[in-house]
Amino acid sequence: MTQTAPDMIELKGITKEYVKPSGEVHTVLRDINLRIPKGEFTSIVGPTGCGKSTALNLIAGFEPPTEGEVYISEQRLDGINQRAACVFQTENAFPWKTVIDNVSLGLRLRGISKADAYDEARKWITRVGLKGFEGHYPSQLSGGMRKRVSLAQCLIVQPEILLMDESFSALDVHTRQLMEDELLRIWEETSASVFFITHDLEEAIALSDRVIVLTAGPGATIKGDYQIDLPRPRNVAEISFDPAFMRIHQQIWKDLKDEVMISYENANKFTS
Amino acid sequence: MKTQISSLASPASVEVVSRKAELKKKALKLQARNLSLQLLVFVVVTGSWQFLSSQKIIDPFFFSSPFDIVKHIWTWAVYGTTAGPLWLQFLVTLEETVLSFILGGVFGIIFGYALGVNDLLSVILGPYIKMINAIPRVVLVPIFILWFGLGMPSKVASGLVLTFFIVFFNAFQGVREVDRNLINNALLLGASKGQLAKHVIIPSALTWILSSLHSSFGFALIGAVVGEFIGATQGLGYLIAQAQGAFDTTGVFAGMLILSITALIADLGVSKLEKRFIAWRYVRK
Ligand SMILES: Nc1ncnc2c1ncn2[C@@H]1O[C@H](COP(=O)(O)OP(=O)(O)OP(=O)(O)O)[C@@H](O)[C@H]1O
Ligand SMILES: [Mg+2]
Repeated sequence: MTQTAPDMIELKGITKEYVKPSGEVHTVLRDINLRIPKGEFTSIVGPTGCGKSTALNLIAGFEPPTEGEVYISEQRLDGINQRAACVFQTENAFPWKTVIDNVSLGLRLRGISKADAYDEARKWITRVGLKGFEGHYPSQLSGGMRKRVSLAQCLIVQPEILLMDESFSALDVHTRQLMEDELLRIWEETSASVFFITHDLEEAIALSDRVIVLTAGPGATIKGDYQIDLPRPRNVAEISFDPAFMRIHQQIWKDLKDEVMISYENANKFTS
Repeated sequence: MKTQISSLASPASVEVVSRKAELKKKALKLQARNLSLQLLVFVVVTGSWQFLSSQKIIDPFFFSSPFDIVKHIWTWAVYGTTAGPLWLQFLVTLEETVLSFILGGVFGIIFGYALGVNDLLSVILGPYIKMINAIPRVVLVPIFILWFGLGMPSKVASGLVLTFFIVFFNAFQGVREVDRNLINNALLLGASKGQLAKHVIIPSALTWILSSLHSSFGFALIGAVVGEFIGATQGLGYLIAQAQGAFDTTGVFAGMLILSITALIADLGVSKLEKRFIAWRYVRK
């Protein structure tokens, strides 16, 4: 299906540079070309600081690229990407809003009445397993529960693109697997394209249709692009024992390891 | 969670209940101790003041005594003051204070917000605001009295300039400190500029603003009283100035006492407001 589906996201010759306070130009991403079809679950892996979050910011429209263009459904992106929602690495939920107000916010902002928005929000709250916590503030929830709020907050607006920046990395292993399964279950019911950033190659393979490996910065480009043809529906906890999984893992890890080593050496060069 | 506890073996739950009661008792005891210590300080200070003054060890003419002060307030309350009934003086000062507090707060929030969200505006106006802020506000009071006369407007203006800058700087900072991720998140969820302010920037800045309101009420009171002190026909500051002119130390102290009680009560009110508006900060696990 990936061949026929139209592109949801297209990065055309993207370069992103920052001007350092010292006046030097720091190239984060260089000449990135990437097409993500509608409904595909894509993961991005790469050494720390290579520019994964930067790529996400470009797709979300938080910042413009220095060169090149971002297309969303064949339309050039200018400003905030209204078709996307994002689960950030850090807190997403608004601390001054209760769970139900947090989850219903996207609908309320679109002008849907409070009663309808609440009804819909209750469904999503139940769906992510937070029934009974509607009136709680985020500070009264655990880290995993807060992530569920973030997820529900994004999914309720039925985004065509779901951006996730190391959304699960702060969670313990069990909560994480639960959340990953939940995400897959929900994603399979929708047609959202997922752009998933992670440090964890196993997580990337277990969840995705496709894994993209970035090179070490500065000036990161795409090093590898792998289709993951494991059958769905998947069980995140068990799939890592699958021989096919291990083969793919080995293959991608060879690529990734080199980049991690380069990034590590670079870091040492700068500190010593 | 609760059902688990109650389904436990009963000796354990009995223990939980007794531990809870014990903790409660401890907390109560602590509270009683603190309160009695506070009372003790009061009794010792006023008692020794009264004693020293009545024994003439300190000169009652210059230092008065607690008893005389309370008596003085009583006389004011029952027979009225040189400027009219006491409650009227109190009301005048309170009205000036509350007005300047509200106006200073509103302007402070508006300007703080505007400069906080608008880089250009803050770059242009920043130096001027710093310059004006560097002027000791008390020297403005005579000018306000010249401009607005001896009545209420000049006092409100004095209190206003004092409150404005405190609230302004806090609102500005509060707006600047809003988490970038939360702003981005709201934008992705479809927030317009106005919605962004309502759902993200203002609630986030509110903690800063409300904490500034504590000190700014005190400053509003100072502005009003100093204004009355320099030129007025009514108000507690005017009473104090009059008493001072007549070398009536007791009168000065009596006015001060009324003022500090007013400030205390207002502070309690602001705390209530704070708890109401930022309830999410006070919820516990
Ligand atoms: N606003 C900015 N100004 C200047 N440099 C920036 C800015 N944002 C990011 N960078 C630089 O861009 C590079 C890539 O950052 P980015 O956050 O995209 O990395 P990442 O791949 O997400 O890393 P991690 O896996 O640790 O989250 C870093 O070297 C960082 O210093
Ligand atoms: Mg990152």
